[in-house]
Amino acid sequence: MKESAFAGDMNVALAQGPTAVLAKPERGPGRLESSAYRMAQWLRSPRPYLMLIGFALFLGFWYLTVEVWKLPRFSQMPGPTAVITEWINPDPIYGLSLYSPEYYQHIWVSTRRVLIAFLLATATGVPLGLLLGWSLRFKEYVFPVFELLRPIPPLAWVPLAIIMFHGSETPIIFLTFLASFYATTLNTMLGVESIDVSFVRAAYCLGAKRRQVFWHVIVPGAMPFIFTGLQISVGVAWFSLVAGEMVSGQYGLGYLINTSYTMVQYPTMVIGMITLGIVGYVTSAAVRVLGNYLMQWRARELAMGAEA
Amino acid sequence: MTVVSTPQLSARPSAGSLERPPAASAGVIEARDVSKSYGSARFAKTVIRDCSFTIASGKLTVMIGPSGCGKSTLIRLLAGFERPNSGTISIGGKSVTEPGRDRLVLFQESALFPWMTTYDNIMFGPRARAERGVEPRRRAEFLLDKVGLGAFRRRYPTQLSGGMQRRAELARAMINEPRVMILDEPFRGLDAMTKKLMQEYYANLYEETRRTTFFVTTDIDEAIFLADQILVMTNVPTKVRAVIDVNLPRPRRLEDVIENDDANQIKMQVLSLLHEEAMKSFAHGSKAAADFIDAYSKRVRKPS
Ligand SMILES: Nc1ncnc2c1ncn2[C@@H]1O[C@H](COP(=O)(O)OP(=O)(O)OP(=O)(O)O)[C@@H](O)[C@H]1O
Ligand SMILES: [Mg+2]
Repeated sequence: MKESAFAGDMNVALAQGPTAVLAKPERGPGRLESSAYRMAQWLRSPRPYLMLIGFALFLGFWYLTVEVWKLPRFSQMPGPTAVITEWINPDPIYGLSLYSPEYYQHIWVSTRRVLIAFLLATATGVPLGLLLGWSLRFKEYVFPVFELLRPIPPLAWVPLAIIMFHGSETPIIFLTFLASFYATTLNTMLGVESIDVSFVRAAYCLGAKRRQVFWHVIVPGAMPFIFTGLQISVGVAWFSLVAGEMVSGQYGLGYLINTSYTMVQYPTMVIGMITLGIVGYVTSAAVRVLGNYLMQWRARELAMGAEA
Repeated sequence: MTVVSTPQLSARPSAGSLERPPAASAGVIEARDVSKSYGSARFAKTVIRDCSFTIASGKLTVMIGPSGCGKSTLIRLLAGFERPNSGTISIGGKSVTEPGRDRLVLFQESALFPWMTTYDNIMFGPRARAERGVEPRRRAEFLLDKVGLGAFRRRYPTQLSGGMQRRAELARAMINEPRVMILDEPFRGLDAMTKKLMQEYYANLYEETRRTTFFVTTDIDEAIFLADQILVMTNVPTKVRAVIDVNLPRPRRLEDVIENDDANQIKMQVLSLLHEEAMKSFAHGSKAAADFIDAYSKRVRKPS
């Protein structure tokens, strides 16, 4: 599998790069039985325990540096106990915890923005990427412009987004959309270009017309790359969403982090960050599950590879 | 089957062949002085040079030549994916300019669609041509059964063994019942037993349909067992070295062909031609040719 071209640009993308899809063959689709079996296999392997140890080490490090050693660099930082007690406090000191409806409003507003931007990016990026990969002529027109716009980071678009769009919602969605759109388009294009020419030849030999080759060979053939792109896309959507929310907007996790910073409510700020991590992980896992469901042939291929 | 005649056709030198009624010459492949080279002027590599041959209607013609001589290149020209630098190729009296439904080409590389089940792969052709009703499904069932993949219809290609994949691909080609069938080493990479079964099964199928077939191989026994006519190719740049008729009675059985004197005569003749070709390029210091001689001389010494 070719390295995703987008992965080099953004650190977020690296964390959820194309290998992420390949690395998790156990997330197979299908019947309950096989899922249960895989779950049992997973629990029997050392992986879940290594994962727990990893989390424990991380929390331990945080606890030691902030609350035990009190290193000067971390003197302003809230320790894990402060954050967790605030998080599960029915009567939070700074007004935000698992018990406050506001908390869920922030999550919902951010998720909604990401969802809209992600769907827009998918609806435009996938067709554009397919066209770019399929038609050399089209690529010659469009790709240079695309490549010129792509390195401009979402933050640099902020002023223009505010001038172009009214209200506070649309500029944020536009900023969130941008990076997702690039990731989806580029990966889809690479997906089409990665298709073995023998498949296309075979289809023509079997009597397919150009249009049929497109729908029955190009689209399914590019699917694995498209879903790699979509996973990167959700990741970078959160990335640029927060940038947008910090600059303008009311509500949203980025907004929460920013305001609790300015109001010196540091535990709330960290709660916002951790929540962002969890919600971001859940959304990209959802995309991965959907991808595996749609590409059962591929999930099986990977599962077989893992058994061999 | 609608054949779109493109306007530039009439400007081609082969325009004369268009005036012949297609029915009269249906299913005949004709190559005239075909040359093909890759790369630009200084680094050009000529793979096919002045190659001419005719493939008779309703016959099974086998092309045999040393590995790397340019057989697959010729197949790509016949399929219409590439154009010769000079010379003309026509099928059924119509000049080949693009891939078409008048011929079915099975390439050397396995190309089952990994995203479709065995059944869907086999049904690809009929669906692409919008054939409706039970008839294509009935043919698919028949072929699945014939190639012994009935139990594997819902499996994906990666779940099949190499031999099964080859058989599925053969079924996917044969379901289309094309006028001309072009096969590039369809049994390459199969184990000896499966290969024999496939050859017998394929010979049977040919004898039932007598469909014009062009069959490429590097296996001399396979060539003699299947062929009505053998084209022996020279080393690269390739052309036809000799045309040998095989007049063994049909239906044939593998054991008969091994013991048949005529068959052995043909075998020695073809081997010595191939041997000579190999020697020629050996004189130019080709490693591939050295291996080739080695492999073939072993087989000549061993009376099968
Ligand atoms: N697209 C290409 N560009 C450059 N050289 C090529 C190209 N295609 C084929 N060749 C050269 O043409 C020669 C013949 O290749 P080809 O695949 O046609 O051989 P073949 O007879 O089918 O061999 P085999 O029996 O091993 O399949 C080779 O030396 C190869 O390097
Ligand atoms: Mg070949």
